[in-house]
Amino acid sequence: MPSITKPLIPLAPLPKNDLGLTIRDYEGAMSTLCAGCGHDSVTAAIVQTFWELSTPPRNIAKLSGIGCSSKTPTYFVRGAHGFNSAHGRMVPIATGANAANRELTYIGISGDGDSLSIGLGHLMHGIRRNVKMVYIIENNGVYGLTKGQMSASADIGSRPKKGEANLLAPIDPITLGLTLGATFLARSFSGDKEQLVPILKAAVAHNGFALIDVISPCVTFNDHEGSTKSYKFMREHEVKEVQTDFVPVRTEIRAKIPADGATEVTMHDGSVVRFRSVPTGYDPHDRLKVEEYIRDRQGRGEIVTGLLYVDETVKEVHELNGTPAKGLNKVPFAQLCPGSAELAAMQQDFR
Amino acid sequence: MEPTNEQDPSYYHQVVDCQWACPAHTNVPGYIRLIAQGRFDDAYMLNRESNVFPGILGRTCDRPCEPACRRERVDGNPVAICRLKRVAADLKGDITDRLPVIPSEKNGKRVACIGAGPSSLTVANDLLPLGYSVTMFEQFDRPGGLMRTNIPEFRLPDSVLDSETQVILDMGVDVRYNAKITSLKTLLDEGFDAVFVGVGAPRGKELDLPGRHDEVESHIYIGIDWLESVAFGHVTEIGKRVLIIGVGNTAMDCCRSSKRLGGADIKVMARRPREFFKASPWELEDAEEEGVDIVVNHAPKRFVVEDGRLVGMEFDVLEWDEGAKKSTTLSTVTIPCDDVILAIGQENAFPWIERDLGLEFGEWDMPVVDKVTHQSTRPDVFFGGDAAWGPQNIIWAVAHGHQAAISIHNHCNDVPLDERLPMGMNLVSQKMGMSEWSYHNDYNPSPRQKMTHVELTKRFASLDLEVELGFSAEQTAREVQRCLNCDVQTAFKAPLCIECDACIDICPVRCLTITSNGEEADLRDRLSTPSANLHQALFISAPLPQTGRVMVKDENVCVHCGLCAERCPTAAWDMELFDLQIPYARSANFVRIPVRSGAPTESARS
Repeated sequence: MPSITKPLIPLAPLPKNDLGLTIRDYEGAMSTLCAGCGHDSVTAAIVQTFWELSTPPRNIAKLSGIGCSSKTPTYFVRGAHGFNSAHGRMVPIATGANAANRELTYIGISGDGDSLSIGLGHLMHGIRRNVKMVYIIENNGVYGLTKGQMSASADIGSRPKKGEANLLAPIDPITLGLTLGATFLARSFSGDKEQLVPILKAAVAHNGFALIDVISPCVTFNDHEGSTKSYKFMREHEVKEVQTDFVPVRTEIRAKIPADGATEVTMHDGSVVRFRSVPTGYDPHDRLKVEEYIRDRQGRGEIVTGLLYVDETVKEVHELNGTPAKGLNKVPFAQLCPGSAELAAMQQDFR
Repeated sequence: MEPTNEQDPSYYHQVVDCQWACPAHTNVPGYIRLIAQGRFDDAYMLNRESNVFPGILGRTCDRPCEPACRRERVDGNPVAICRLKRVAADLKGDITDRLPVIPSEKNGKRVACIGAGPSSLTVANDLLPLGYSVTMFEQFDRPGGLMRTNIPEFRLPDSVLDSETQVILDMGVDVRYNAKITSLKTLLDEGFDAVFVGVGAPRGKELDLPGRHDEVESHIYIGIDWLESVAFGHVTEIGKRVLIIGVGNTAMDCCRSSKRLGGADIKVMARRPREFFKASPWELEDAEEEGVDIVVNHAPKRFVVEDGRLVGMEFDVLEWDEGAKKSTTLSTVTIPCDDVILAIGQENAFPWIERDLGLEFGEWDMPVVDKVTHQSTRPDVFFGGDAAWGPQNIIWAVAHGHQAAISIHNHCNDVPLDERLPMGMNLVSQKMGMSEWSYHNDYNPSPRQKMTHVELTKRFASLDLEVELGFSAEQTAREVQRCLNCDVQTAFKAPLCIECDACIDICPVRCLTITSNGEEADLRDRLSTPSANLHQALFISAPLPQTGRVMVKDENVCVHCGLCAERCPTAAWDMELFDLQIPYARSANFVRIPVRSGAPTESARS
């Protein structure tokens, strides 16, 4: 936790985006997390993503639950809307906010405790309903805020800083998502912005629930020998066979599609996710193949990262529900709340 | 690129831009921190160690440090380093007990210094504590050399000059006033072990145009001679209309002195456009503030003398091409005047050095002097200051004096002159605890403080009224915080790095990058902020343990805030105080000079 704020230096030659903003305009308050926390790198990747996409800060809504991870929305895009919900209750808030305003980009930051323990039910229904939001799990395998107990994502045999090795099977949000019909599943590593930033951009463009499981080491309680979520372990066991590029809407697509059958996915807003390389026989639209590949690698002690599964054909929750397209905040009050007489009339229909 | 060698003191020295630019390598950030703490005596002594005349230089230095200052690259204005030096000098108390003890038993070596200017005084300052007997020959009746004769009192009060020269003379210099040396041979015959020539560049350049010698009573003066006459009170007035030819710092002193001696309409005539002026920008500003006209693109053609009396001067009005290399004459004008002062440069003159002494003269009839040792081709004769290689400024003369003293010390002890100690350094961690540093690491956005001057209505009352009032306590407090502490270095230990990116994310100027190694041009392209300033080095770490990539730091606009070190979970980054160890004559055989107070330290350190 730094003693001073990050100063603004008048002549530091910072480039500007299409809105005339520098990357510093997308920052938030100073982080109060431990020095070296992976979450701060995820924060920096989000800052870079929104700056490069030239998203107006006022068009962003930041959501979170409780935990170290859930503190982080404070540390990026200070000009955005924000809501810190109760522990694990981010998805219902996002669903409601989405109904009220369909024009914002919803980005939720959660952790393995917030998402895979107390909030797992909400996460599963968020996936199932395809709520339109970016959902980041800052996954460090440990309850950092309560001093380092193993979490639901800790691998079998992973050792905490003190005490016995973990004996329980981990919950893997990616394979969980595959079984629940998720439409966008990615895994990345906080120490690799070159991979994380394009994935974040694709997630922002996705029309539905974009789940990104980011291995984000806890530098205080889970970065030691014997941990399977440390910087060192990730660098030794990460497999980056699935590689994607994000091509924004306005860019003319010139590059040739490589001969090895790489796929392109056109996103809802017209931007393109291009799979630069995938393992032989891999199809990012085939749930079964993707799960088989991930489980095979897991069996070998490897952690697969990249944009692993994407399906752009499924409608998001409010399209499915027929919620007014312009958002409930644009519906005149008299229509939104027609009064007790209308209610009585409606109830009469059910009698 | 190869990993940076941080063991080489010159790497971190270059990061301290001011100290690198200063010919005497004054520890600027060190003394600014001492001023910030109110330790003016310590700040003064730290200055004195390298530049010997803090009070004088705090008013008159040419300030090579300020254009180099990192703060200029950060907010457009350098720290007012020179003004802060004056603060230390003005507010210091009695420093007598911090001066070296001069051994009562001499070492038997006798050194002659010709001239009592800054370079000679520095030689004496460095050699007297080692037991040398120093005899100084001065042509006038007071010490100071050019600092006395060419810098007017309204810029440098006599009291300041007297006290700082007297400190050295009191170390036991056998000073001979009114003793102009007319023959080096005669002096050498007196059997000195070494002779140091510090006579400056005493001859002002002549302008031999038609009419120059047609006057009955001369109203055309050579600038430095005229200033000298003013300094000694031989000249007390000048005509109403004065033309100064030339636009260097001497011209600025001439025009401002004229203003105080009765001149009303004063014009400084320049051949070339403003951006090619030799005068320091602040001296130009001060002259213009006093109502002096600066006239550009006028080349002197002829002195207009009527009936033996100077009445004006004729100029060609020029138009220059871009870069001011070639000119065309547009017209010719005559500007009426009562007096003309020629300030077009000065040169060396050694009519008093016989040419058969084994002392070789080279190009432009200048003595051949070794650039490092200051030794002439005659082993016992050394040159320094303007006498060595032509006019520079005081801070250079001091730097020369230190080097010449080392050479003289070696020469007198039969040590080869090229056996000179290299620069050394100390690096000490400034970490005091969690997010606690022993220096003020927060960036302070204060603008550069402006020096207050005596009001224009009162300024010209007398020649010795100092114009600059010095910084107030409030101004000082603000200005010291503008210093970025460049000497508190970001020291990186690659084996500790876990590549978490924390430092890269927090850096306010995005000067850090972790990337694969490459050639310099390629690396500069791949930085977090591609580097525009090629004069500033890139720091390249050893390969990092986890991925083999390297940490690259662009030194250009690092503000030394220490946030990288605060955010580093493994202390791979640390903020370490760099203290340059400059060798002086006393360092040669590790002599420890006691000070009068009996305290064992050689100098004050922050």
